[in-house]
Amino acid sequence: MSHSAEAANGHGHHYTTTGLDNRKIAIWAFIGSECMLFASLISTYLIYKGKSIVGPFPHHAWTDPSSGKVFPAILNIPVTSASTFVLLMSSLAMVLALSAVENRGKPLPPGAGAWDKMLTSSKLWLWMTCLLGAGFLGFQAYEFTSFVHEGLTIRRNLFGSSFFTLTGFHGAHVTAGVIWLGSLLAIDYKRGLQPSDALAVDIAALYWHFVDVVWIAIFTLLYLIPD
Amino acid sequence: MATVAASPTYAASATPSRSKLMSWLTTTDHKVIGTLYLHTSLFFFVLGGLEAILMRWQLMRPNGSVLTADQFNQLFTMHGTTMVFLAVMPLSAAFFNYLIPLQIGARDVAFPRLNAFSYWIFLLGGVFITLPIFFWVAPDGGWFGYAPLSGRTYSPGPNMDFWVLGIQILGISSLAASFNFATTVINMRAPGMNLMRMPMFTWMSFVTQFLIILSFPVVTIALVFLQFDRFFGTTFYQVSAGADPLLWQHLFWIFGHPEVYILILPAFGLVSEVLPTNSKKPLFGYPVMAYSGILIGFLGFGVWAHHMFSVGMGPIADTVFGLTTMLIAIPTGVKIFNWIFTMWGGSVRFTAAMKFAIGLIAMFTIGGISGITHASPPSDLQQTDTYYIVAHFHYVLFGGAIMGIFAGIYHYFPKMYGRKMNETLGTWHFWLNLIAMNLTFFPMHFSGMLGMPRRIYTYDAGQGWELFNMMSTIGAFLLAPATLIFIYNFFSSKTSGEPCGPNPWDAPTLEWSIPSPPPEYNFAKIPMVSSRYPLWDLTHPERTSEIPHTTTGWTEASQQTGEHDMAPMHIETETRTAKELGIPMPSSTIKPFFVALGIIVMFSGLLFLPKGMMIPAFVLMLGGAAMWIGFLYAWLTTPLEEHH
Repeated sequence: MSHSAEAANGHGHHYTTTGLDNRKIAIWAFIGSECMLFASLISTYLIYKGKSIVGPFPHHAWTDPSSGKVFPAILNIPVTSASTFVLLMSSLAMVLALSAVENRGKPLPPGAGAWDKMLTSSKLWLWMTCLLGAGFLGFQAYEFTSFVHEGLTIRRNLFGSSFFTLTGFHGAHVTAGVIWLGSLLAIDYKRGLQPSDALAVDIAALYWHFVDVVWIAIFTLLYLIPD
Repeated sequence: MATVAASPTYAASATPSRSKLMSWLTTTDHKVIGTLYLHTSLFFFVLGGLEAILMRWQLMRPNGSVLTADQFNQLFTMHGTTMVFLAVMPLSAAFFNYLIPLQIGARDVAFPRLNAFSYWIFLLGGVFITLPIFFWVAPDGGWFGYAPLSGRTYSPGPNMDFWVLGIQILGISSLAASFNFATTVINMRAPGMNLMRMPMFTWMSFVTQFLIILSFPVVTIALVFLQFDRFFGTTFYQVSAGADPLLWQHLFWIFGHPEVYILILPAFGLVSEVLPTNSKKPLFGYPVMAYSGILIGFLGFGVWAHHMFSVGMGPIADTVFGLTTMLIAIPTGVKIFNWIFTMWGGSVRFTAAMKFAIGLIAMFTIGGISGITHASPPSDLQQTDTYYIVAHFHYVLFGGAIMGIFAGIYHYFPKMYGRKMNETLGTWHFWLNLIAMNLTFFPMHFSGMLGMPRRIYTYDAGQGWELFNMMSTIGAFLLAPATLIFIYNFFSSKTSGEPCGPNPWDAPTLEWSIPSPPPEYNFAKIPMVSSRYPLWDLTHPERTSEIPHTTTGWTEASQQTGEHDMAPMHIETETRTAKELGIPMPSSTIKPFFVALGIIVMFSGLLFLPKGMMIPAFVLMLGGAAMWIGFLYAWLTTPLEEHH
């Protein structure tokens, strides 16, 4: 009992009411507040869906009455599906990174080959998480700049304001996550992440998966659901 | 991230004495931080009171000329903002800080540095939002800042910029603290203290943290939208772009209604401590008190649009919110009965704290009665935006929250300072306050019913309002000496109050089992708790004989910790140092202060954008960001304790 409490508690072996470390409880409370944050942003987007007076619009084309210029539907579903896939794969990488840290030093079962050894490298999987996350951010940057180029700015219409604010907040959260993971990676290079650091990696993983789940909600509601 | 795991049994460090200011700037001790909150919020309370007195002077007679309309707008905005965000909330925070660890048998909160950060960003945010009034550029759009009025078109100056940014800054303080206290209550209770054995103040505070966690992000987004509209030209509240004119109101009140429960629940908790102690009887219906608190918190998210009955939402929305608003009166009313039944059959001792606690029961009930009349949409159509509403919320906030907090101050002052406050002065304060408060706010029911609107800077004679306004002004002017008596009592009792020991009130809960003031480490040995009233188990077992006493949780606790840091329930009368007792302590650090300062500097930079002063804007924004990110990085990579 005390062993599992120690492991759950991380480095300290002091008594806690739940047997969990304080930081684990706190990250869940934080995630609770972030749920409300994104719920407010998403609700506003949904309330304003279809209410913009001028285009560009997300899912259908618009002709500017004054210039006659045609603006096609601005969201690019295939490209964003690809970036969604990239972000989802980063969550897989995160799971593997955490597992690698938790099991560091444990001997591999007999018959384990080079691929199996690869699975145990926390550096590899932390790199993969960071790169896939950065890849997603690259897609976002491309999307934002191409939208501006095509005439959709944050102040253009309700769609522009709510779209850029919502996805911008999400992107900022991804960026913070990439920096967080990058610093874990730096520690891994400096002194190696030990099983006793599993809690710290677990907490970063919880945050990362949360950010991913928010994107799934955004992708579904903004991109996949037509007008 | 790679820091040593936060240990829940460390204690606040005894800083080697530098100057007092430095010791405050670097403290990580929840008791010091609680005291800082208490003093700062009392200052803002007085400031908010002065803002009210100026308004009452202007409204004393018809066609007053003490203030201009613009000045009046700034005063009512700042009075509301100050009282809600800079007085009542931080006064509650003072008690969360000081009391929660002591009540649950812990040595500090879960995250001591985050705790310090919450205080400093509150102080700096309070200064940020308050300074403007001294130059008459204060926020002037009401404490609820309705858009589109608060947008750039109708509020072009810097006034509402201070508000939009200031409330966001204060929100950071409350949110950070809520993560801290929620974790503390969930995870740091003494062995044997299951949830249904916690003191009721800790229970109500616990519910309050969840209200903060879930409601503050919503107002943050409302404010972000307003900020983006004002600074970056977005269209969230631009009706000409198709925006919903009600978006602000919905978002704000989804926060704003839980906010009023955030304001009242801690005061309810304090009353639930004062009443049983001074009735020498356990709290009547403890489980119901806990469940009704939870229910109020939950239902509190379902009533927000009762602030919007006059905007034309339609009969279905009006009916639903009318029903939920009536429903929430039930758990609230249940509490009133339980408090009365606590006193019934008890041996009541009328200390100053007890007078204020009983005062809350009476005044809050009056406020609740006017409140229930607002729950009906047709009835509210007459009442909304009149002084009838002003009467209601001052009864529940002044007669409720503030009186509850005064009860808490008189009750817990001896624990904090080892001396009692003067009872005679406390009695004078109570009666003067009660009479003045009723004289100020009761007439407002009548002027409101006679149609006097809110937020008007003057009024014509001959509408039947003169007498009531004069009475309110006299009452408000009387509140000043009442408050001064309290302030004098508070400060002089620190040095000349009657000295006292651990338990001057013969109270039942853990905080009274240690010296007054508590040692830096709080508890030499963490007490093992076997009932809801652990101290009465020792001193007055006949009072708690009906309550089950079990030792659940004791074995797990002693298995989990390798240290022999706990002992069955006991009283500690000796003050030692943490070093002597070998209790590890978190080091003091100035980093939380600089993180807070960096954030304020960064937000201040934004103020220069509307003026087109790009260089100061970017210097401040980038410099502030560098400061808070740098110090945050240093904070996160420094372990909490010097050694394990």
